[in-house]
Amino acid sequence: MHKHSIAELAAGLREKKFSSRELTQAYLKRIDSFDGAINSYVTVTAERALKQADAADARIATGDAGILTGIPLGQKDIFCTTGVRTACGSRMLDKFISPYDATIVEKLDAAGMVMLGKLNMDEFAMGSSNETSFYGPVSNPWDKTRVPGGSSGGSVACVAAGLAPVATATDTGGSIRQPAALTNLTGIKPTYGRVSRYGMIAFASSLDQAGVVARSAEDAAHVLQAMSGFDPKDSTSVERPVDDLVTGLGASIKGLTIGLPKEYFADGMAPGVRARVEEAIAQLTRLGVNFREISLPNSPLSVPTYYVVAPAEASSNLARFDGVRYGHRADGAKSLEELYKKSRGEGFGAEVQRRIMIGTYVLSHGYYDAYYLQAQKVRRLIYDDFKRAFADGIDLILGPTATDVAFKFGQNSDDPVAMYLNDIYTIAANLAGIPAMSLPCGFVDGLPTGFQLMGNFFSEARMLNVAHQYQQVTDFHTRWPTEYAS
Amino acid sequence: MSQIPEGWEAVIGLEVHCQLSTQSKIFSGSAIAYGAEPNTQASPIDLGMPGMLPVLNVDAVRKAVTFGLSVGASIAPRSVFARKHYFYPDLPKGYQISQYELPIVFDGHLDIELDDGTTKRIGITRAHLEEDAGKSVHEGFQKSSGIDLNRAGTPLIEIVSEPDIRTAAEAVAYLKKLHQIVVYLGICDGNMQEGSFRCDANVSVRRVGAPKFGTRTETKNVNSFRYVEKAIEYEIERQIEVIEAGGTIRQETRLFNPDTGETRAMRSKEDANDYRYFPDPDLLPVVCTEEYITAIKAGLPELPDAKRARFIKDFGLSDYDARTLTSSRELAAYYEAVVAASGAEAKLCANWVATDLLGALNKMSKGIDESPISAEAFAALLKRIADKTINGKIAKDVFEAMVAGEGSADEIIKAKGLVQVTDESAIIAAIDDVIAKNPQQVADYRGGKDKLFGFFVGQAMKATQGKANPDALNRLLKERLAG
Repeated sequence: MHKHSIAELAAGLREKKFSSRELTQAYLKRIDSFDGAINSYVTVTAERALKQADAADARIATGDAGILTGIPLGQKDIFCTTGVRTACGSRMLDKFISPYDATIVEKLDAAGMVMLGKLNMDEFAMGSSNETSFYGPVSNPWDKTRVPGGSSGGSVACVAAGLAPVATATDTGGSIRQPAALTNLTGIKPTYGRVSRYGMIAFASSLDQAGVVARSAEDAAHVLQAMSGFDPKDSTSVERPVDDLVTGLGASIKGLTIGLPKEYFADGMAPGVRARVEEAIAQLTRLGVNFREISLPNSPLSVPTYYVVAPAEASSNLARFDGVRYGHRADGAKSLEELYKKSRGEGFGAEVQRRIMIGTYVLSHGYYDAYYLQAQKVRRLIYDDFKRAFADGIDLILGPTATDVAFKFGQNSDDPVAMYLNDIYTIAANLAGIPAMSLPCGFVDGLPTGFQLMGNFFSEARMLNVAHQYQQVTDFHTRWPTEYAS
Repeated sequence: MSQIPEGWEAVIGLEVHCQLSTQSKIFSGSAIAYGAEPNTQASPIDLGMPGMLPVLNVDAVRKAVTFGLSVGASIAPRSVFARKHYFYPDLPKGYQISQYELPIVFDGHLDIELDDGTTKRIGITRAHLEEDAGKSVHEGFQKSSGIDLNRAGTPLIEIVSEPDIRTAAEAVAYLKKLHQIVVYLGICDGNMQEGSFRCDANVSVRRVGAPKFGTRTETKNVNSFRYVEKAIEYEIERQIEVIEAGGTIRQETRLFNPDTGETRAMRSKEDANDYRYFPDPDLLPVVCTEEYITAIKAGLPELPDAKRARFIKDFGLSDYDARTLTSSRELAAYYEAVVAASGAEAKLCANWVATDLLGALNKMSKGIDESPISAEAFAALLKRIADKTINGKIAKDVFEAMVAGEGSADEIIKAKGLVQVTDESAIIAAIDDVIAKNPQQVADYRGGKDKLFGFFVGQAMKATQGKANPDALNRLLKERLAG
């Protein structure tokens, strides 16, 4: 049952082959059996899930069901969920029970989806390996000695191991796409402003965007469709009708022009990954896609730009965690200043503290112009590169998602810069605000790898269609890690 | 009021925090009523809970623009909210959302009147939108403090003046004028005790003719006109003393103590926070189009200065009366309604409203909006004077009765039989009766004691129970006395 697509599960529910309660129980059982070794869930909400499943079954019985009604999912623990701990991978929020739902939680609940639990992640979504979580690292189901990528490590690991058919995730600099590539999944980060950020705990507000990790483009399209839309509670969400992401999935992609940025194919990519990405290009060529080399000259500046902008915003967004109103409060503080220092010192892990310090520094008096303002200017140039390419007849852009396959635990832990370079191909899309996705394109020594598609604003439908067409003629995305296949 | 010593000059700039009277907070839907139970008007957004996002209250923007247009300022076509960071328990997010580099209002001015009758223009550098912080509560707690976040997120405009002010008296004139305008515009309730209108005073001194400003101090949160005056006077005196004694002024923030009339240092510039301002990524820039600004301009109420000039010109009022009657928008509206409805002479209406009505309200400690007599009812009284149904003297009695709630002017006139006697034969009868009863006084008057005329008026008026038409009485009395 756990290998079914969403469409297959929905058909099974509709045809009464199984109920949502049975489906939910099956997943809860798998979580029970397998998650001990993977650690993808930080909270399993079995009771809530079964209630939702019963409600979904009632809806299905009355014919008031959509395709997602009764389908289980995992929620990244960055989305606030009423009455359930929302910890964001941090000791700071270990005891935080949210009194409200994130807009996307509300939307997916309304669609009838069944939340199995909250998923592990790097602390406050800061990390590329899911090693910074207060709740411990998440293992990659393809090789448990390796990381699943980050920050949405729990999201990808649970879907890759069949502990949920689909999961929500967030992407600030690649946190959906890089882990999707490392676990053989399809992950999409939509256009900035397409999905509401209300109730999603902020890391870097101008870059954060929620999305989906799934086992196919089609599955991702169904869930993204339900998550998307204008939200008056998020001033940065875009008031624009949501495109139909599903109906167009059958359309031919013949004659489409995809740009290959030469900067993305220069040094830096592991040879195995390069080979798989080139095979994907050959495959798409056979489907009638035209490829053209393009240049995104400022893309090498993405990582340094990102590591000014993101920590600056993070240092500000995380200022509210002071131990005063909620969250971790240290014992024994003798003064207000000590309360702040101890609570924040104990509540935040090392990587979060590092980024708060970097961010505080780049916003300080006398440094603001040289760092933050300068970074914003470069950000504009990075966006201009994309704008030029799309104006020049490029429909989509293709490149690698990650430099290499999943690495071993601890391999990059002592070298933050090496860790940061994991996001070298993914960061530009966040800086520009454009949609991007990663999808599987084969294996290197038994470990999965993926390639990335980037598109102009609101081109999610086109991107998902290309991915879907590719997945009609390839079977990489259907493969399972042996241990979880049966 | 103390004088600035010869050879010295003070340079003063004021920052006024003016609370906008919107229905809800600037970035959340919470109410902003004053005096509510602690934390009953604080939503997850106001509490700075994880994942919460601000949504701008458009009414706050409209009110800020209204203010800007009323002080001849420019409205920024695009203004930007910025985060101002510091840690304090009553600041839930660890930053205040304010405007920094691009405020919504800039480059305005206010003309104030000085004691010598001249006017002086005070520049308004900028006015920006921002949210208020909450409140720390220390009373009633042991070894801890309480936090009340009802006020957190209340919309404010901070109005920053140019350093054009030279004396405490000018500062007070500026503040009073500003206060009158924001209340007139209906954008602020002006309640200074509740902190709806509060002032920080930047003060420095220099020797007359010195090319540069001296080092300034900032005295925070002074919440009455009198305290502002005292705080500034104290600061000027203190700074001059320090410099004359060979010392230097430290750039610092000071607090005014109303009990002693003194200011004391709170924190120096070295201790100041690095606010790490940067544009708030949760909010889009505020865009004010030409059409939007034009529409607000078209709806602006007449401001006190313009109204006063019109009252003087159209109603023939004295500057004093016009000033009194335009002191609030409600009073001016009341007066104009009385003039329109009564058909009486505008000057007569002005006397009655400014003297009798305001006097009575004052005695009852009531505002014009709480007047027991509506403008229409008041007009009905003045109408009876104008049409000579009653004379002015009787009208005072009717007015008293109206204040006491005895009914409308006409009801009271009827009930008490106060209709003016205009029947000349009745007046003549009364006069003749007085002449007959006072032969000695008649003889004296006719012998040249003109002053006695008043005596006869009084007696004759008394004989008609005050109801005689005064003009007719005067004329007839003169005729009869002339013999």
